[in-house]
Amino acid sequence: MKKSYKIEVDCANCANKMEEAAKNTAGVKDATVNFMMLKMNVEFEEGQDPKSVMKEVLKNCKKVEDDCEIYL
Amino acid sequence: MNKKQKKMLTRIIIAFALIVVLSLLPIDGYLEFALYMIPYLVIGYDILKKAFKGIRNKQVFDENFLMAVATIGAILLRDYKEGTAVMLFYQIGELFQSYAVGKSRRNISELMDIRPDYANIEKDGKLEKVDPDEVEIGSVIVVQPGEKVPIDGVILEGTTTLNTSALTGESLPRNAKPGDEIISGCINMTGVLKIRTTREFGESTVSKILELVENSSSRKSRSENFISRFARYYTPAVCYGALALAVLPPLVSMGILHAAPQWGQWIYRALTFLVISCPCALVISIPLSFFAGIGGASNAGVLVKGSNYLETLAQTKYVVFDKTGTLTKGVFEVVGVHHNKMEEQKILEYAALAESFSTHPISRSLKNAYGKEIDQNRVSDVEEISGNGVMAKVDGVSVAVGNARLMERIYVKPIECHSAGTVIHVAIDGVYEGHILISDVPKPTSREAIAKLKKNGIKETVMLTGDIDRVAQQVASELGVDRVYSELLPADKVTKVEELLAKKSEKEKLAFVGDGINDAPVLSRADIGIAMGALGSDAAIEAADVVLMDDDPMKIVKAIRIARKCMRIVYENIYFAIGIKVICLILGAVGIANMWVAIFADVGVMVLAVLNAIRTLFVKKL
Repeated sequence: MKKSYKIEVDCANCANKMEEAAKNTAGVKDATVNFMMLKMNVEFEEGQDPKSVMKEVLKNCKKVEDDCEIYL
Repeated sequence: MNKKQKKMLTRIIIAFALIVVLSLLPIDGYLEFALYMIPYLVIGYDILKKAFKGIRNKQVFDENFLMAVATIGAILLRDYKEGTAVMLFYQIGELFQSYAVGKSRRNISELMDIRPDYANIEKDGKLEKVDPDEVEIGSVIVVQPGEKVPIDGVILEGTTTLNTSALTGESLPRNAKPGDEIISGCINMTGVLKIRTTREFGESTVSKILELVENSSSRKSRSENFISRFARYYTPAVCYGALALAVLPPLVSMGILHAAPQWGQWIYRALTFLVISCPCALVISIPLSFFAGIGGASNAGVLVKGSNYLETLAQTKYVVFDKTGTLTKGVFEVVGVHHNKMEEQKILEYAALAESFSTHPISRSLKNAYGKEIDQNRVSDVEEISGNGVMAKVDGVSVAVGNARLMERIYVKPIECHSAGTVIHVAIDGVYEGHILISDVPKPTSREAIAKLKKNGIKETVMLTGDIDRVAQQVASELGVDRVYSELLPADKVTKVEELLAKKSEKEKLAFVGDGINDAPVLSRADIGIAMGALGSDAAIEAADVVLMDDDPMKIVKAIRIARKCMRIVYENIYFAIGIKVICLILGAVGIANMWVAIFADVGVMVLAVLNAIRTLFVKKL
């Protein structure tokens, strides 16, 4: 399943870091962050609940870049 | 500017004013330190906080950490002013970057501002604005002059001219009348229209296009991937380099040369290193270039589905065309009347009248060529002979219009035609009166487009067609295409493209251009598939990597030129930013570049790279 989320982040490098963090979250098959559109596209693994996975994604993103937000 | 940016601007102004005042005051020692701490903290408190948080989260090497270490280091070396100034300029750079990105984000969304906000529905004689999402298929919507058509449909009432420039980049208005299909995103210019919707909003052209463009920069190009990999190694490498620069030379001069270690000097140089090490310029300017390039292209009616395709398009050396509908109009037109003694117009009149009851495409071509209103009362005794043609009485005269077999049937000897196309023989009152040649005609700009492609460094142009060889050869030589493969079945086209792909080198890319009708497999097999005239054709939008909104072959040239310009700017930025940084690193290591130069290498390069990236947006003149 794929979902798209609006994000808030200030610098392009931070967006890259968020992408990396999202990709490495359990339950996420693939993730891309589009800095220009301020969007995060997440592909979830089979049978995963997007809501709980996205909570983890947000937590991991906050770890690498404190000043970011994902609108769930 | 948003709230965050305004707040930052205030901080910058306050800090700047304080630094100016302090540098004029005759102060030194602890007082100087204490006073300089005020602007330093005003401008840099958030950086220090972020750096601290980064260390706690085991994310040491980010730019906040670098700036914190560099400035604190400078302050410890009692370079209060420099330390504060570095922080100030870093923040100015960040502010500029965030402003420029926000601005181009808005610019580009304005370019793509084709999203309709509402649809008008008539209720009890009054117009009501509703969310286009809520309009069901088959509803009747009203579009007033000046409004955007929100949903695809068919015109029920009203005639108007449509401005399609937001979709196609084509500024010439189009006429529309009842019965015409109309696509969303056009602007209704003159008359009130009533439209019966044929799709939901989400399936309409305008939604499809927006979705495509918005997702396009998610498909990252190799340059973008290179830069994010580069940034991942570059920053830690420079940090360790700085550490080595701070520690090794003093130890060497102390231990081996027995000279003074000069700790201060080497630490200063190491701090200079840290200031240069921020990868921002690269990391921001490359995606920004691609984003602006894709935005500019879509404004010109060229939809590119991803940064990676822009990259491939720029490397295209071979262009393979489908013939019908791509280089030619795909509609059959009368191109000549031969061996006639009678007036051309007269023969066409007879032929068109005789064929007037037929629905065959040829009859339509004849009617178009005749160009006048047809009075069917003049025609009687129509006999359609399947596979041969039509015999009828026109104004009481017997007319036979058809192929050679029909002529044999009525014992008339036809004259064969030497040109390529469909030949319609005409016999009037049992006497041969010549033949009419009907063929598919090239688009008016095809020839110019192929010449322009050649001029732009395309090595070979190839045409594939299912048509017979004679027709194919003639069209090819007329248009200046290098090579032709004719009489191909759709599956043969894939095989041919595969052969061509195998022959060329890896770096030279092959583009296939089709009209999206039954060439979807070829579109996806080529390095890059370009579908043209794709307005309203879902299959083509689905299968292609680049979609040309109208069917003008010149758009192919434009697409390639936009891609080349974008890639040129991307490479300029990569070489420029890395080059300046490396030079400054070397100069910093040997002590020629001080911290002010380092600030230029960081902030200055970033500003220049961003400004350069924004240039990709301007594609109108290409």
